[in-house]
Amino acid sequence: MQPESAMTPALEVTVLVSIGRHPLTGRVRRADQDARGVELARSLADAEVRLLHAGECNESSEAALRGYLGMGFSELALIEQPEGADVLPALSEALDATSPHLVITGERAERGEGSGLLPYLLAERLGWPLVSGLAAVESVEDGMATLLQALPRGQRRRLKIRLPAIVTVDDAAPTPRQSAYGPARRGTLETSAGEVCNDDEWATWQVQPARPRPKRLKIVKAASARDRFKAAAAKAEGTGGQVLTDVTPTQGAEAILTLLRDEEVLR
Amino acid sequence: MSQLPRRDPRQEWIARNRLHPRHEEVLAALGQGATSEWPGPNGLVRKNPHRVGFIGPNGIKRIDRSGTQQGAGGGKASAPVAEHKPLTEIAEPAFLVAVVPDMAGGRLSGHDKDLLGLARRLADADPAAQGAVLAVVFGSHKETNLGEAGVDRLLHLDSPEIAGYAPEARLGALITVEQAWTPRHWLLPDSKLGGGELGRRLAARLGERPATGIWQVEADAESATGWQCTARGAAGSLDIRRPLPRIALALAECAEPVSETRHAAAELVLPQPLPSTLSRIQDLGQVSVDPASVALSEAEFILAAGNGVRDWDAYHRAASVLGATEGASRVAVDEGYMPRDRQVGATGTWVTARVYIAVGISGAIQHLQGIQPCEKVIAINMDPSCDMIKRADLAVIGDSTQILEALVTLVSQAREEKRDAA
Ligand SMILES: Cc1cc2nc3c(=O)[nH]c(=O)nc-3n(C[C@H](O)[C@H](O)[C@H](O)COP(=O)(O)OP(=O)(O)OC[C@H]3O[C@@H](n4cnc5c(N)ncnc54)[C@H](O)[C@@H]3O)c2cc1C
Repeated sequence: MQPESAMTPALEVTVLVSIGRHPLTGRVRRADQDARGVELARSLADAEVRLLHAGECNESSEAALRGYLGMGFSELALIEQPEGADVLPALSEALDATSPHLVITGERAERGEGSGLLPYLLAERLGWPLVSGLAAVESVEDGMATLLQALPRGQRRRLKIRLPAIVTVDDAAPTPRQSAYGPARRGTLETSAGEVCNDDEWATWQVQPARPRPKRLKIVKAASARDRFKAAAAKAEGTGGQVLTDVTPTQGAEAILTLLRDEEVLR
Repeated sequence: MSQLPRRDPRQEWIARNRLHPRHEEVLAALGQGATSEWPGPNGLVRKNPHRVGFIGPNGIKRIDRSGTQQGAGGGKASAPVAEHKPLTEIAEPAFLVAVVPDMAGGRLSGHDKDLLGLARRLADADPAAQGAVLAVVFGSHKETNLGEAGVDRLLHLDSPEIAGYAPEARLGALITVEQAWTPRHWLLPDSKLGGGELGRRLAARLGERPATGIWQVEADAESATGWQCTARGAAGSLDIRRPLPRIALALAECAEPVSETRHAAAELVLPQPLPSTLSRIQDLGQVSVDPASVALSEAEFILAAGNGVRDWDAYHRAASVLGATEGASRVAVDEGYMPRDRQVGATGTWVTARVYIAVGISGAIQHLQGIQPCEKVIAINMDPSCDMIKRADLAVIGDSTQILEALVTLVSQAREEKRDAA
C-alpha cells in the first residue's frame, strides 16, 4: 500500500474476509456478508481498500479467497494460521501495524463457532468504537464517518462515528458484484506468518450438524375442561376490541389517530 | 382485632336452610349471593336446580357448566385467572440472574418472555438456594406485566444519555450492575440489534467467552456452572454442546415463558450514578424510508385496501400521508386496483405489522390468516357484523372515503401545528 500521498490523504479501509460455506451444498465459497463488506468498501470515494484474511492456506480456502480477488483486487494479505486457531491476536497485531481508518467485517462467520464476537473483541482490544448492522456509509469527513444502520422492518438509522472504527455489515448492505475469473486468477495472496494462539476450549466442545429444533407445543393451562376445550377450538379472534358505531368520520379518525400515536407508528 | 375467622352457627344454619325467611339476606351477607349449591347439615352438597344458569340475551335460560358460575347472577365471566396466581417473593436471594430484555416497542416481546422463562429455570433450580431474576430495562416502557413474566427485581434506567442508540452508555450501565451485584448469570436475547449487540459488548468488556445462539439449556452437574447448553454455530448449520458460560445469548423459544407464578418486580436503584462515558457514536435519529420500498412481510405499519375502497386516489394519498406501506385484499388485486405483490393473505403475503389498518375488508378467513401475527388491527368498514370487526382492536363503522379523508386532515393539521411550534 502507498504511504499517505501529499494530496488528499486517502481513506484507508481494511476489509476482514473469511471463508464461507454455501448453506445448501456446504461448499466453500466467499462469505456473503464479507463480500457485501468488500462491495461497501469499493463504493467509498477515494478509499484504499485492503483485504485481510487470517487462516489456513490450502487449495479449497485459496479458491474461496480468490473469489474476493475477483471483485477487482490485485492482492490479499493472508496471515497463516493452523486450523482451529484463535485468529484474534494475529488480526489485531496486523491491524495495529497497518492502522487503517476503517475496518469492515461481516456480522458472523459461516463456519466454525460463528458467534459474531470477533469484531467486538477487536474493538475492545484496539479501543476503537464499533457500529453493527451497517447498510451504507454515507460520507467520511474530518475523521468522522456518517453511516446508515439497518434496523428491523426495513428502517434505517443515521449515525456519526469517530474514526478509526470497526463496522459490521448487515444483509441490507449492497449486494456484492460477481467475482470475475480473470482478476481472481491473476491476483496474488501475500502470505505472512502470524502469532498463533490455539483455541483449546473449542476443542473440548461437542460439535455436530444442527438438528431441527423441536416445534413448540401449544400448552393450554386451564383449570377446567371447558376452558381447555375453548382454547383448543378457539378461532384466531381478537379479544373483542372497541367498536365505534354512529360516529362522525372525524370522531372515528380521532380514535384511530390516538391508537396510532400510542403505538408510535406515525412519524 | 384478631385475624381468626369467627363462625356464627346461627348464620350458617340460616344459610343452609333455604326455606328460612332470611335465607337470601344471610347469603348476601356471607358474600355468596344467591347460591345454587351449599353444604347441607349432614355434609351433603345440596343443589337448587332452579337457581342454576342465567338468562341469555334472547330471554332463554343458559347454563354454564364450567363451574365458574354460582347462582342466578347475570352471566358474568369469572374473575381473571391472573389474580389467582400465587405471588412469589424472594426476600434474600442466594444469587441474581440478570436479564436485559429488548423491549421492542416498549413491551416484552415473545423472545424476552422466553428468556425470562429460562432465567426462572436457572434461578429456581435449587429450592434451598433460590436466586432472583433481575431485569435491566432501558428507556421508557409500557409493560405492566413484568411480574407475571417472572421478574423479581427491576432496574429501570431512563436517563437521557442511554436514549436512542447508545451502546457505549448502556454498556457502562451494565458494567455498573456487574460491579454492584455481580449476577451469577447474564442472559440476553440474541437478537439483531439490542441484546445481541449489547451482550457481545458486555462479554468483550468483561473478558468472558459467551455462548451465542443458545436454544437449549439442561442441568448438568459436571459443568462449572451446573448447566449444559446447546447453541447454534456456523450460520445455523452446527449444534455446539458446551457448558453454559456466565454470559449467554439465547434464541427465541429457548425455554417456556413463565405462566404459573407471579413475581414482585420490585424496583431497584443503582448504588452509584451511571459513569459518564464519552460517546464516540452519535445517534442522528431514524431516517425516513419510503414505505413503498419496504417489503410487505416486514412492514411495521400497513394500510390495506379491500373491495370497500371507493376512491383509490384518496387511499394512496392517505397511505403516503400516514407513512404506511400499502397492502390489499385479493378482490382489490383481482379488480386491478393494486399490484399482485401487495396482496395480503393465504395466497399472498403473511404480514407481521405492528399496526394493520383494514379499509373496507370484510375479513374472509383467507385474509385473516395472513394477518394473524399483527398486534393491533384497526378496521374501517360499513358493516358492523363482518369478521374483520371481530378481529379488530378498534373498529370504526362508516364510509371508508370519508374516514380516510378525516384522518388525512387530522394528521396534516397536527404536522403543521408541530412545524409552526418548532
Ligand atoms: C383459495 C382462495 C384463496 C384466497 N386467498 C386470499 C388471500 O390470500 N387474500 C385475500 O385477501 N383474499 C383471499 N381470498 C379471497 C377471500 O375469500 C375474499 O374473497 C376476499 O378477501 C374478500 O376481499 P374484501 O374483503 O376486500 O372484499 P368484500 O368481501 O367484498 O368486502 C368488502 C367490505 O367492504 C365494506 N365496504 C363496502 N363499501 C364500503 C365503504 N364505502 N366504506 C367502508 N367499507 C365498505 C363491506 O361492508 C365489506 O365488509 C381467497 C379465496 C380463495 C377461494
